[in-house]
Amino acid sequence: MGKLPLFPEQASTFAPDVDHLLFFLLAVAAFFTLLIFGAIFYFAIRYRRRSHQELPAVQHGAMTLEILWTAIPFALTMVMFLWGASIYFREARPPADALQIYVVGKQWMWKMQHMEGKREINELHIPLGRAVKLTMTSEDVVHNFFVPAFRTKQDVVPGKYSTIWFQPTKAGKYHLFCAAYCGTRHSAMTGWIYVMEPRDYANWMRGGESTGSLADDGAKLFQDLACANCHKADNHGRCPSLVGLFGSTVKLTTGGTVTADEAYIRESILQPNAKIVAGYAPVMPTFQGLVTEEGVLQLVEYIKSLGPRPAVAEGAR
Amino acid sequence: MASHSQAETPALREQFNTEAQQKDASTLGMWIFLVTEIMFFGGLFLAYTVYRRWYADIFAVTSSSLNVYIGAANTVVLLCSSLTMVLAVRAAQLGRRKAIVIFLILTLLLGGVFLGVKAYEWNQKYVEHHIPGPDFHFEGVVQQGPAQLFFSLYFAMTGLHALHMVIGAGLLIWLIAQAGRGRFSATYMTPVDVVGLYWHFVDIIWIFLFPLLYLIDRHLGK
Amino acid sequence: MIPAAAVERENYLNASYGLKSWLLTKDHKRIGLLYLFTITLFFFIGGAMATMIRVELLTPQGGMVSSETYNKLFTMHGVAMIFFFLIPSIPAVLGNFFLPMMIGARDLAFPRLNLLSWYLLVIGGLFALFAMLAGGVDTGWTFYTPYSTTYSNSWVIATALGIFVAGFSSILTGLNFIVTVHRMRAPGMTWFRLPLFVWAHYATALIQVLGTPVLAVTIVLLLCERLLHIGIFDPALGGDPVLFQHMFWFYSHPAVYIMVLPAMGVISELISTFSRKAIFGYKIVAFSSVAIAVLGFLVWGHHMFVSTQSLYAGMVFSFLSYCVAIPSAIKVFNWTATLYKGSISYATPMLYAFGFIGLFTIGGLTGLFVACLGIDVHVTDTYFVVAHFHYIMVGGAIMAYLGGLHYWWPKMTGRMYPETWARLSAGIIFLGFNLTFFPQFILGYLGMPRRYHVYPPEFQVLNVMSTAGASVLAVGYLMPMVYFIWSLRYGKVAPANPWGATGLEWKTASPPPLHNFDETPIVTHAAYDYSTVPGEVIDFG
Repeated sequence: MGKLPLFPEQASTFAPDVDHLLFFLLAVAAFFTLLIFGAIFYFAIRYRRRSHQELPAVQHGAMTLEILWTAIPFALTMVMFLWGASIYFREARPPADALQIYVVGKQWMWKMQHMEGKREINELHIPLGRAVKLTMTSEDVVHNFFVPAFRTKQDVVPGKYSTIWFQPTKAGKYHLFCAAYCGTRHSAMTGWIYVMEPRDYANWMRGGESTGSLADDGAKLFQDLACANCHKADNHGRCPSLVGLFGSTVKLTTGGTVTADEAYIRESILQPNAKIVAGYAPVMPTFQGLVTEEGVLQLVEYIKSLGPRPAVAEGAR
Repeated sequence: MASHSQAETPALREQFNTEAQQKDASTLGMWIFLVTEIMFFGGLFLAYTVYRRWYADIFAVTSSSLNVYIGAANTVVLLCSSLTMVLAVRAAQLGRRKAIVIFLILTLLLGGVFLGVKAYEWNQKYVEHHIPGPDFHFEGVVQQGPAQLFFSLYFAMTGLHALHMVIGAGLLIWLIAQAGRGRFSATYMTPVDVVGLYWHFVDIIWIFLFPLLYLIDRHLGK
Repeated sequence: MIPAAAVERENYLNASYGLKSWLLTKDHKRIGLLYLFTITLFFFIGGAMATMIRVELLTPQGGMVSSETYNKLFTMHGVAMIFFFLIPSIPAVLGNFFLPMMIGARDLAFPRLNLLSWYLLVIGGLFALFAMLAGGVDTGWTFYTPYSTTYSNSWVIATALGIFVAGFSSILTGLNFIVTVHRMRAPGMTWFRLPLFVWAHYATALIQVLGTPVLAVTIVLLLCERLLHIGIFDPALGGDPVLFQHMFWFYSHPAVYIMVLPAMGVISELISTFSRKAIFGYKIVAFSSVAIAVLGFLVWGHHMFVSTQSLYAGMVFSFLSYCVAIPSAIKVFNWTATLYKGSISYATPMLYAFGFIGLFTIGGLTGLFVACLGIDVHVTDTYFVVAHFHYIMVGGAIMAYLGGLHYWWPKMTGRMYPETWARLSAGIIFLGFNLTFFPQFILGYLGMPRRYHVYPPEFQVLNVMSTAGASVLAVGYLMPMVYFIWSLRYGKVAPANPWGATGLEWKTASPPPLHNFDETPIVTHAAYDYSTVPGEVIDFG
């Protein structure tokens, strides 16, 4: 007992924006609350019943008044809508150079994977002043990745990838909560986000066991699962080459196209016959059950590393 | 103006003032009930729409495994049962007791044929291992999940429809008994009217189910 | 004791005696009382759960109950309160009793269907009670998949079946009300002479009839998935867990308007009677009810802003959510304007009406916060939302329900409740409520998630405040239980129209005769025409 915080810390670029919008809404809410409470209080006293036989005069409605108290609230709500939508829009558009980190949620823990290979459980170390984008999926039920100090959250859904991004503005340690009810230990599915000065982050990255990068792990899995038997570097195998695949536009047998993003690669591994590349036959077996979500992320990183995009970002820039 | 002192009859229950008011209320009540049924089936149609869009090719293949001739024949059977139902309503409007009973019985029989054919079709699905569950297997498609989804929707939608037909059959049996006892006349035939509305509705649901389930991409001859 | 004169006159209560005459009744008034009994039982069950939740949350580490039990407590609190208390409450008790009388009818259009509705609620309730006693359900009242279909080891099927059956109770009541309002109005009772209570229940009935069947089919699919693993919500089989959310909220958002529209209808009656004035802007208020019902079907996605639904869907739902707020605001302004130059009485029902307007205003204004995309991303799934909906459903709907109960108690029972005790409990409820739920807004913005039974220690002080408020609120709710029952034997005998109210129900005796009206009334006045009734006659002394 004793501590009584009344307002959360601001630790991301979103936080001041969201808080300013909050203050606007608070001001409008306070205004109307005082207006209504005040009017009721005043009218109730000023016009209190003084005799049993009192009969107030009939009052006819006033269209002008109705229009006024419809139009003004509507205008105010439209400001709220547009302002809120603009923040939401930004929250959905991570910068292209954001630091990519993968997250797998499962009952009842968070598993983070940095591309360089470092793995964390229920903790996430990130550098100050750089945009961070998390690509997330769940191994079981719906979870939600919530950092109050960053003012943002996103559901983590089984069977698909969801993303969230933020740019921390203050070094420190911040609560991470699962904010989607997920079963018995839902309230224990919490952790910490550690925002570090760039130099400290780089040191932290270098320290500890040297495991391979995520892409290295993916390369190994690629061999272990015999993907390499079909997906050769040239295009002469029964399957298309994966070099330069990531980010490219793929033509499908149906005539349509799809952008080869993380979700497409994941689907191709787990449900290979959902989309067939034009000119190829549906011969790829499914790896559902043979590879975990983390394994899928490793393979995704490996395939990214085969492409024109840079594979591994060195710590914090 | 009626008051509560009048004895209650089926055509004029004590809460109503006139027989016309009661008839109007009963008919409106059945229309509103049918709207709720549209919303109820609507949820299944929504799920169907979502998954058909996601798995268009697989749904086309699974749809073609249904026997379109049997489905079409069954559709004709149901349409005929709606005809006999309308004729029963007409007979009631004219106060023809025997005709009401005959047409209601015909409707019931045609409904029975429909259900019998449905049972045959479901049995076919059972034999072919197309019933969702541990024994499910659909030949010719690698992704079994979406194929099973098609059949889950097939059984849910046709099953719910069949359940409504069974309830309709029960209502028809009750109507036949009432009509046989001469309870309906030109001035009071609301139950026939109202069950007729219900029966037509169940028919219309099938008119939508048939193309959505049986005819996906048939014209492409896949 | 009861004076002889009051005993002699035949009314709906003494027209027949015995259990069968109640359990097989076709009288809408008796059915209203049957519902009163049933929902009060569920209110106290839900309230007991709430008490345990708040006690557990006194300390950051919990410890009074296990996680499994806590998860069951909040689930069953939600299920009991929403499906078995709030959704039936005003329509099934006050609507059933008074809608026919207000329009000059002898009963609803389909009395036996009405009785069936009550039995369906009871049967559904028994399923839910069975689930509670057999071990409970822990999915949250929202039953999100795949937790509810594949992972939960609790009585999901029994509870879901209970809700399914209770849903049909709601659908049939809605159907009954719509047909009644269309076809059973007395001569001269045109649409625009209807009390606003009737308009509100008509709008509510539209939602009940159109929305509840979607919940029913969603539950069917949930059960199929849980029992047969058909894959409809299972990603491993090609299904989509988010599809469940869309289908669930398509009903469950309009459901909140099922809970609040009737409350607004009650408030219109109370404000008018206790200001002795017609509601300002009658037609606008009537149309607002219908507008809320219609718009309410278009906003469900605002429960899913962070669910991975598309960005553009989020924007559309946010915009429409602001649109649906406007008719509610219009009503608040019109009620307030009604007070201007009125003749204001402070009888208990009016105190509840004041409380409603104040708390509904706060609840509604915080709705603007959660409708706001940028804010909602932060506060969704936190205590901010919990506070928001409790302000509307408890500070709003329950206060309106209690206000209506007090207002119509004399008519229903022939007795007055004790005014001083009633005012006292209204005040206790108002204070207790605010102390319970206001701190939760702060907790939510700080980041305390919902459905947490352990929490970081810095949240404790606010949680303790909330629990303290809950204990005051509990006292406030227990008091009417006691004095209402007391009044049945010892309350002052009530006259036909103790409040000097307009409305056909006040033209009958208290309690009303079996068939409401000896002669079908002929209506010649507008609603709320106070020149036709004397001022209130009751002397509070």
